[in-house]
Amino acid sequence: MTTLVPVRSRIDWLGIVFAALLSLAIVGPLVVVGTWAFTEVWRYPNIIPQQFGFRFWGQTLGRADVWNALVLSLQLSTVVTLLSAVICLPAAYAFARMSFPGRNILFFSFLAGHAFPKFGLLVAIAAIFLQLNLIGTFWGVVLIQLVGTLMFMIWIPVAAFQAVDRRMEEAARDVGASPFRVFWSITLPQAGPTIAAAVLLSFVGTFYETEGAWLIGAPGIRTMPVLMISYINNQMVIQYGAVLSVLLWVPSFIALMFARRVIGGGAFARGFGG
Amino acid sequence: MSVLHIADVTKTFSGGTNAVDSFSLDVADGELVCLLGPSGSGKSTLLRMVGGFEQPNSGRITIDGEEVTHLPPERRPTGMVFQSHALWTHMNVFKNLAFGLKLRRMPAAQIREKVEAVLELVGLAGYGDRMTTQLSGGQQQRVALARSLVLEPKILLLDEPFASLDQHLRERLREEVRDIQQRLKITTLFVTHGQDEALSMADRIVVMANGKTEQIDRPDVVYRDPKTPFVAGFIGTMNLIEGEVSNGIFVRSALTVPLPIADGPATLAIRPEALDLSASDIPKASVHRVTDYGSHGLVDLDLADGTRVKSMVAHPDMLRAGQGVDLLPRAFAAYRNNQQIYRS
Ligand SMILES: Nc1ncnc2c1ncn2[C@@H]1O[C@H](COP(=O)(O)OP(=O)(O)OP(=O)(O)O)[C@@H](O)[C@H]1O
Ligand SMILES: [Mg+2]
Repeated sequence: MTTLVPVRSRIDWLGIVFAALLSLAIVGPLVVVGTWAFTEVWRYPNIIPQQFGFRFWGQTLGRADVWNALVLSLQLSTVVTLLSAVICLPAAYAFARMSFPGRNILFFSFLAGHAFPKFGLLVAIAAIFLQLNLIGTFWGVVLIQLVGTLMFMIWIPVAAFQAVDRRMEEAARDVGASPFRVFWSITLPQAGPTIAAAVLLSFVGTFYETEGAWLIGAPGIRTMPVLMISYINNQMVIQYGAVLSVLLWVPSFIALMFARRVIGGGAFARGFGG
Repeated sequence: MSVLHIADVTKTFSGGTNAVDSFSLDVADGELVCLLGPSGSGKSTLLRMVGGFEQPNSGRITIDGEEVTHLPPERRPTGMVFQSHALWTHMNVFKNLAFGLKLRRMPAAQIREKVEAVLELVGLAGYGDRMTTQLSGGQQQRVALARSLVLEPKILLLDEPFASLDQHLRERLREEVRDIQQRLKITTLFVTHGQDEALSMADRIVVMANGKTEQIDRPDVVYRDPKTPFVAGFIGTMNLIEGEVSNGIFVRSALTVPLPIADGPATLAIRPEALDLSASDIPKASVHRVTDYGSHGLVDLDLADGTRVKSMVAHPDMLRAGQGVDLLPRAFAAYRNNQQIYRS
């Protein structure tokens, strides 16, 4: 793989403006929410809060439903991601390396599922789940969120597997490795960084998913984001929602740190066919 | 004793034509055989069938008397070196070499010993901790060779292993591989489309075209006595002149050569170094261009009908463009219906 270093003699002002606007759009709301989370008193004309403090942290973290939701969300994301990996990675390998009848149509259907408005699909699924007594259950939510991860967990790994040099796999067969051993010791590590990216995306995506979790999970199952939304909708105190949303940043940060460690530079680009 | 026995092997890809067509070959213990042929002649396909990466449509392959025709690569006593070296980039050099030994459940201490010995053999002692991406092209190819050698295969298969290297390195590695091969007395099949590579390394050369054998012989024999016009034209430089034989005389334009064969069309093959020139009142060809290489000269000549022939001469300074000369073949062969029918 070659890395192209663009030679730029002039400063790219357009690029800088664009980057600045983008960071403003992302960082701005984060700063406001972050500030609210540590605010005790902040009345209208003032630009900065009158009084900072951790009072609302204590109150929020003291609530049992917050802790239940956090544990539940982590359990859900873990179970969904693991299941998704177990189902999707072999399928992705099959798509990448084998030809079978209906391969292209099946492959395309994973994309098609995401091309239509999701809510209608969810309502239809909810109707089916209702009959199966899956509404309001843990496994009902797992199932609905599993569907949401399919695209990431198929498309990205397929690209990753296709990028693995066939000769490397043949060389491993040549020195005595069985096909399964080749997959385990050569193909998977070669595709590893990109697949790690897909796993990460599906974990974080599941953690923050609200539509399916709410539609299928309510009222028995309340994940962190669902809880946060209900706080924001039902409570007059902004701080509860703000504290929760700051709490929700934690998995993102952990994921990003993990990503930096596991995924070397350029792997994301490779995953997307770069 | 023949170690590798290939009998009447045919391989057809879905496209239709036979990539390898009724091919047979016996390779003796410790022998290095080069498969030589133009692009698409089926060399790689044949090698990959011996390695187990392709299945022949018909025919048999046996190694040491044991039939392996349909065994997968991991169950064959062969070791393959790929053109693209195919080293595992997520492992360092040591792990690349140790992988196959680990699969054979060899104790760690013994693995270390063997890997170090083979690294020494290919001139890379102390490189075990390097990542393969931190090596030069020649070093990578040496590691690839070592990866096969460390498992002590009965047959070593090399598919144009030096094709991506520069001329200088290629020549050096060629000698190293030949040295190692002779020291270990390892039976080797070597694919190349470089004839100098084949001529300098091989015990025997198999010249292939369109999936078929054209000739199997020692390098010097292939060069001196090509059995088909294809081989004659493929190995070294050769004047191949189409003409007619009548009454024991080969005729093409003003060129006439005594040829004691039955009347009919024939192809005359003369090496440039076997075609002498002399000044003449009734010239048979005219000098087109003279190239002086210092040690010798190469002369391009045109027959009256425009046919181009080449001659190698010791004193090119005696000749100039436009000059008329007589052609005196010292040694030649003649072919008809793709078969050699005469050799002087
Ligand atoms: N996997 C394949 N599917 C279809 N056709 C193939 C396949 N591999 C090789 N061929 C065809 O078989 C013929 C022989 O190919 P092969 O690779 O053996 O040639 P080669 O002598 O090694 O050529 P080169 O010197 O270019 O490597 C070619 O016509 C090629 O197009
Ligand atoms: Mg080839």
